[in-house]
Amino acid sequence: MSSPEKWTHPGPDSPPATAAKPTAEQVIAGLRATDEGGADLVQLLTPEGERVQHPDFDIDITAEELRGLYRDMVLVRRVDREANALQRKGQLGIWVPLLGQEAAQIGAGRAMRPDDMAFPSYREHGIAWCRGIKPTDLLGIFRGTDNGTWDPVKHRFHPYTIVIGNQVLNAAGYAMGQKFDGKVGDDDGEATMVFFGDGATSQGDVHEGFVWAAVYDAPLVFFCQNNQWAISEPTERQSRLPLYQRARGYGFPGIRVDGNDVLATLAVTKWALDECRHGNGPILIEAFTYRMDAHTTSDDPSRYRLSDELELWKLKDPIERVKVHLVKQQWADQEFFDSVEAEAEQIAVELRDYCVNLPDPPAERIFSEVYAEGNPVLEAQRDEFLAYHAGFAGGEH
Amino acid sequence: MAAPTMDRPTSAAPAAVQTMTIAKGINNGLRAAMEADPKVIIMGEDVGKLGGVFRITDGLQKDFGEQRVLDTPLAESGIIGTAVGLAIRGYRPVCEIQFEGFIFPGFDQIVSQVAKLHFRTQGRLKLPMVIRVPFGGGIGAVEHHSESPESYFAHTAGLKVVSCSNPADAYWMIQQAIASDDPILFFEPKRRYYEKGEVDTTAAPGPLFASRVLRTGTDATLVAYGPMVRTALDAASAAEEEGRSLEVIDLRTLSPLDLAPVYESVRRTGRLVVVSEAPSESSITSEIAAKVQQECFYSLQAPVLRVTGFDTPYPPSKLEEEFLPDLDRVLHAVDRSLAW
Repeated sequence: MSSPEKWTHPGPDSPPATAAKPTAEQVIAGLRATDEGGADLVQLLTPEGERVQHPDFDIDITAEELRGLYRDMVLVRRVDREANALQRKGQLGIWVPLLGQEAAQIGAGRAMRPDDMAFPSYREHGIAWCRGIKPTDLLGIFRGTDNGTWDPVKHRFHPYTIVIGNQVLNAAGYAMGQKFDGKVGDDDGEATMVFFGDGATSQGDVHEGFVWAAVYDAPLVFFCQNNQWAISEPTERQSRLPLYQRARGYGFPGIRVDGNDVLATLAVTKWALDECRHGNGPILIEAFTYRMDAHTTSDDPSRYRLSDELELWKLKDPIERVKVHLVKQQWADQEFFDSVEAEAEQIAVELRDYCVNLPDPPAERIFSEVYAEGNPVLEAQRDEFLAYHAGFAGGEH
Repeated sequence: MAAPTMDRPTSAAPAAVQTMTIAKGINNGLRAAMEADPKVIIMGEDVGKLGGVFRITDGLQKDFGEQRVLDTPLAESGIIGTAVGLAIRGYRPVCEIQFEGFIFPGFDQIVSQVAKLHFRTQGRLKLPMVIRVPFGGGIGAVEHHSESPESYFAHTAGLKVVSCSNPADAYWMIQQAIASDDPILFFEPKRRYYEKGEVDTTAAPGPLFASRVLRTGTDATLVAYGPMVRTALDAASAAEEEGRSLEVIDLRTLSPLDLAPVYESVRRTGRLVVVSEAPSESSITSEIAAKVQQECFYSLQAPVLRVTGFDTPYPPSKLEEEFLPDLDRVLHAVDRSLAW
């Protein structure tokens, strides 16, 4: 499966990269080339929509299931585009686009069971969707009305974690708890999945998360969405080695999957979660994908990456290849595609209406739930603050 | 050296009042908490077979097993970060940081996740975890083994910070901290670990987040916490021989600060000296000085004075007696206050 022997670092004899202006092909060579490391890339659906077999990770999928995955991807893309537009209109302070990563997230998200636990970073809108969280619940943190409004216990979807890599350790601990609770060891076992990016793999917490999960045999799937860029820093600024191969150093399997292939992502993630719930974890999955939009709406990717690279990845679009396959198989007709589009439009309208009507929180929110058991010093500060405001005419702020 | 004290009762029924060290007080408190709640787990470096470098967790892994007393890999962020996940899962982790100078690799997890998750989720997630930190100097250690970083944590909203100074508090406060649904930094006075005192293991303890008057007096008030409480009490005894009556208050809780007994005392004595090993700038002693001048302005007969470590890195141990507040520096400050 993972075969670091196949991969060699360019080394000192390689031609200097700065000799001339590199071609687009050269820019995405090495760590970011889909052909390099491609020998280990698990793929079940080609960019052209052709179904291919894989000796280890093949999957039976019904027409209805594939239509469902297509629908999920279209809907979360529409949510993402609408939220991006809302930021441009000044309705959101910032947005973190997922464009291009729909297959990685829907594949992974649909592999999870309700009892499994997910620890996201901050771009996992597709995972949130799969965990049953309303897209409107994603808006508070980006509009600045809250820090996230979903119930992490009910949905088993942790709050978005902004500090890079922190959630990997939190997930490792949670997975240890699943094991201590005796929820690991058979078909009914539980597992945890943690989501992070290629940039996060440079963080100490991610390394420590690998160590902890390994030595405690935690039922934890590390799901790295390698979207090639950590804001402006490319993967080669994070590693000399393809990321999935790092797992070997920690003593557990690492697998690179085509992150733009929802079928392959679903198959590999299901397998990995199943291994974990049976007590054979942890496992690292590198979903090889591409961030088609900016890091956030505050970012300008034209300053650091070539448009040729974007054009090349457009050909690998995760939604188009499923659509082509559905048509070729005669598993879906125009009526189906139209209905999904209509549903997407409806969700976008709801998202827009909800966003612009989202009220600002009351000022008391500053002080609420800082402590589980209260704090008299803070309560005195709050009372003084409220009394100060109440002193204005009519008690208005 | 005297024979070991009676930390093991000879009869089947344990005596209500036993003499033990602070170290044994924490050990017994941890044991009681683990017996009371199967979700209490201990995790840290060397806490299992070794029983901790100070033997605070001695015997606990033997009696409670490796799944409740976890010898962890050697990484502080990992200890704190995985404890967060375990707490979310329903456990009550008690993390040991081996020495206070090593807490900083875990600082990110403490201030970014431990402190904020309850607020971020508006109470949907609780972090009932305790982070035990042996702190302070006076043991002749190499660098990073003698510091007083408590103000960093008192400065962070969402955390509570306490420090014990005697065996009875050690025994009870650790249990109360573990029972709390808030994350608590528990600072242990390592140089006092082996000082003995009486512990009543049956009498109900007072509240955790409350300071306590240990000695009443009329001429000036001394406030201290952790290892400096003993120094303050010794200073008060020495002052008594010179005919001066000092009131001594053990702060016990550093966040939230319980200053009502301090205000009450200062209104009577008119003078306050605050003692801490930590550097003085932007510290707990700064906070006390600011609040006391705000609340007791008309009662003060002298400025609030502080006796602290200096605003320097902790020095090489051959100089630590110069760095650390001692009885003479405390008494000198009392003299200055009374001469005002």
